Amino acid sequence: MAVARASIKSIGAAQSPVLGAAMLAPAVLYILLLVAGPFLLAIFYAFSDARIGNTQLHFVGLENFRSILQSPSFRIAVRNSFIFTIGSQIVVIIASSILAIALEKPFRGRGMIRFLMLLPWVAPIALGAIGWKWILDSIYSVISWVLVALHLYKPFSAPMWLGEPTLAIASVLLVHSWRLIPFSTVILLAGRTAIPKDIPEAAAVDGAGFWRTEFLILLPMMMPIISVAVLFGIIFTFTDMTVVYILTAGGPFDSTQVLPSLAFTLGIQGSDLAAGAAISLSLVPLLVIIAYLMLRVAHRAEVT
Amino acid sequence: MQTSLSGHAFRKIVHVLVITVFTVALAFPFYWMVVTSFKQNVDLYTMENNPFVFNAKPTLDHLTFLFTQTGFVRWLGNTTFVGVVVVAITLVFALPAAYSLARLSGRWGERVGIGIFLTYLVPPTLLFIPLSRVIAYLGLQDSLWALILVYPSFTVPFSIWLLMGFFKAIPRELEDAAMVDGLTRFGAFVKMVIPISTSGILTVVIFTFTLVTQEFVYALTFLSSEANQMIGTGIPIFLVRGDVYYWGALMAACLIASLPIAFLYNLFLDRFIAGFTVGAVK
Amino acid sequence: MAVVETRDLTKVFKEGGLGAVNSVNLETREGEFLVFLGPSGSGKTTLLRMIAGLEAPTSGDILIGGRVVNDLSPRERRIAMVFQSYALYPHLSVYKNIAFPLKAQKVKKELHKEKVEWAAALLGIGALLERKPRELSGGERQRVALARAIVREPAVFLLDEPLSNLDAKLRASAREELERFHRRVGTTTIYVTHDQVEAMAMGDRVLVLNKGVVHQLGTPAEVYDNPADTFVATFLGSPPMNLAELPELIVGFRPEHLRPRSSVTGDGVSFRLKVENIEYLGAEWIVSGTVVGGRLGGKKVFSRLTSAQDLALEGTYDFAVPQRELKFFDRSTEKRVEPRAVSWQ
Repeated sequence: MAVARASIKSIGAAQSPVLGAAMLAPAVLYILLLVAGPFLLAIFYAFSDARIGNTQLHFVGLENFRSILQSPSFRIAVRNSFIFTIGSQIVVIIASSILAIALEKPFRGRGMIRFLMLLPWVAPIALGAIGWKWILDSIYSVISWVLVALHLYKPFSAPMWLGEPTLAIASVLLVHSWRLIPFSTVILLAGRTAIPKDIPEAAAVDGAGFWRTEFLILLPMMMPIISVAVLFGIIFTFTDMTVVYILTAGGPFDSTQVLPSLAFTLGIQGSDLAAGAAISLSLVPLLVIIAYLMLRVAHRAEVT
Repeated sequence: MQTSLSGHAFRKIVHVLVITVFTVALAFPFYWMVVTSFKQNVDLYTMENNPFVFNAKPTLDHLTFLFTQTGFVRWLGNTTFVGVVVVAITLVFALPAAYSLARLSGRWGERVGIGIFLTYLVPPTLLFIPLSRVIAYLGLQDSLWALILVYPSFTVPFSIWLLMGFFKAIPRELEDAAMVDGLTRFGAFVKMVIPISTSGILTVVIFTFTLVTQEFVYALTFLSSEANQMIGTGIPIFLVRGDVYYWGALMAACLIASLPIAFLYNLFLDRFIAGFTVGAVK
Repeated sequence: MAVVETRDLTKVFKEGGLGAVNSVNLETREGEFLVFLGPSGSGKTTLLRMIAGLEAPTSGDILIGGRVVNDLSPRERRIAMVFQSYALYPHLSVYKNIAFPLKAQKVKKELHKEKVEWAAALLGIGALLERKPRELSGGERQRVALARAIVREPAVFLLDEPLSNLDAKLRASAREELERFHRRVGTTTIYVTHDQVEAMAMGDRVLVLNKGVVHQLGTPAEVYDNPADTFVATFLGSPPMNLAELPELIVGFRPEHLRPRSSVTGDGVSFRLKVENIEYLGAEWIVSGTVVGGRLGGKKVFSRLTSAQDLALEGTYDFAVPQRELKFFDRSTEKRVEPRAVSWQ
């Protein structure tokens, strides 16, 4: 009896906020130190004239921001960041929507197909990019070889996929899309399987054909999850420097530079910490908007 | 559902077509990596040769080169080492935090949870510049310990979010029963919840490990010498000597580095989806 | 002409396995409320889904309005279906939910408003048209599902256990609403349920199914008072019919016909009953006990009484069943047979 009473008392204490806080604190502290700390430091650098190797630091106000806004390479980087992000998202959404429909119902070999389709997303970004660099090589590109073999181009005159600015931009866009399609497809598939089976059946009984069911019923129901996939996709593409760094190193002639890769080039390779910090901080406005949208979607999903 | 017979056949053809086109488009680079890995250089670098066939006998030269004359094996070791340690650190921080957020927190806990989720949205390409100075200050530049220190900053939020989903799926009654039987809340966590969640924890381990192997920016920024590279950075940077790309070895390395991860990832993907959809529903 | 007809309809899911539906033959009557009744796994839902066109039959024919519809998709069959979960489109308003079939069948836009309002008025949900499904109660959702079904003026309604997701109190009023709705509209309706009370209350006729086979098709009175076999006899009625196995045949009698001797007039068969359990349910009593002596000695039986004041636990009393209420079943086929003389000693 006394044992039971003691046990019940400990259950009462079980909703202990103290224990909860204690279990949560280490993680929160770690994250604060390694995320919030450096973030504040970045802001500090952006308002200073920090350089690697200098021990002196001076406050320079908005000077860094003023100079990057005037710099053409910054403007190109902003343009490219948006082109790659929005362009790849459009391709990805269309492609993954189609794929999600195609992969929904089981069929022979679906497991193997899924494994193959996941590869672009799972492989380390740099390695996938290097693979494409070989495929798009200026001399030995297999794509060029096929085009020449089809007599669409004369030998040795196939385009330089990574060497001409417009083509290079297209190539980077392609690689970003290629990498994101599996991720987006997986999320959309999860969203589709969450739709109760009798909804499409009710639509069929109501007389809706394939297209009407898809566009009027199923896709609208998946809107929250599609939004999540798009928002994550935007973040992954907008903040990525790897694809550009590996594929074109920002070239040809800085035409494929994006904000993160520009920050790296100036800040680390060029030792100009202040400029690098200022450029990477320009990512923040968009990130804030995305974060806000994500919270909106999450909130709405909870309400329904 | 019933459709007319010809509608059925038409749909099937379109279906096969879609699947084939996409599978080829997505997996082709990896197929290409396989082909390139085993082709002799003579074959690779002769433009007239049909790249889709082996015009000379397949060779193991590139593999030999990769394993004996480059830091590849070393990089594999480095990556594994960093991966294992980071996974351990992540579990130590994320398991109690996820449990706390799933069970013990009220409104403020929700806010903290959202805050943690938001930090995952802060990209390495924003923090890498200040962090590079912090690392230099700590004397950790060009050391794997720099990565071990920094990686949990994104693996922990991600793991907390995943684990929350798994923990929420466990009925509360189990811990209540354990506590009636005499365990403390924390004891119930250690002795009951964790053993039950092995499948979820394993999923988190696998995904954390893949996050480590995929990371590029910090590895590029903090490490410099060839001996200390991770596979994500060593392969693109050090398998290029001057301006010469060792494509055969490069492709072989990419393949070897990607496939095992892909295999594990595929195995655990269903569990991962289950984890985050449950988390999202509640 | 029958509205819905099936001929030798069969559905097998696994090769060589047992059929989910085995050679079912049925014909509905115009305007009737036909109930498919059976335990889970009896094939009643599969049968309904084949009539709807959501499952393809393995063999056999389905006819609606006299024409064979086997190869027609659901939308070509002029049927409407209400699902167990109601399957309302969550992102559309009630108005748009009801209008959806009209849109899908390419009915002219000008006619939509009129038809939706007609259907909504029929079900009394005119005030809810702008709401979303998640804002509605269970009963309201049922009405929206019915409105969506009726708006297309189908030849047949198919309902798949629409009451099972409602809680008990709501179920009775929802059931009554369905009955009133059917009387008002008069469309032939097929209703699937495992609840024999619903079947008895609502059905003009009941099709009793088990393991994909039809055991009996008849009015509630027929299946209750003249069950075709032991399965029907025990499935309908709660507590189920008392069945006793004798070497030459099986004898059955319903609990409400097993009463204290004194209240049974006319020819009857007597049993001595040792009372083991008495349940007071308010409107009636359920008494269970063991027969003492005679050929049925040792058998556990149930009795339903309006009053059990005089009975005590562990007491032994004289009970009797009127002769005409005894049912007899063949031992091997379990089918009902003509009454015959049996000695009870």
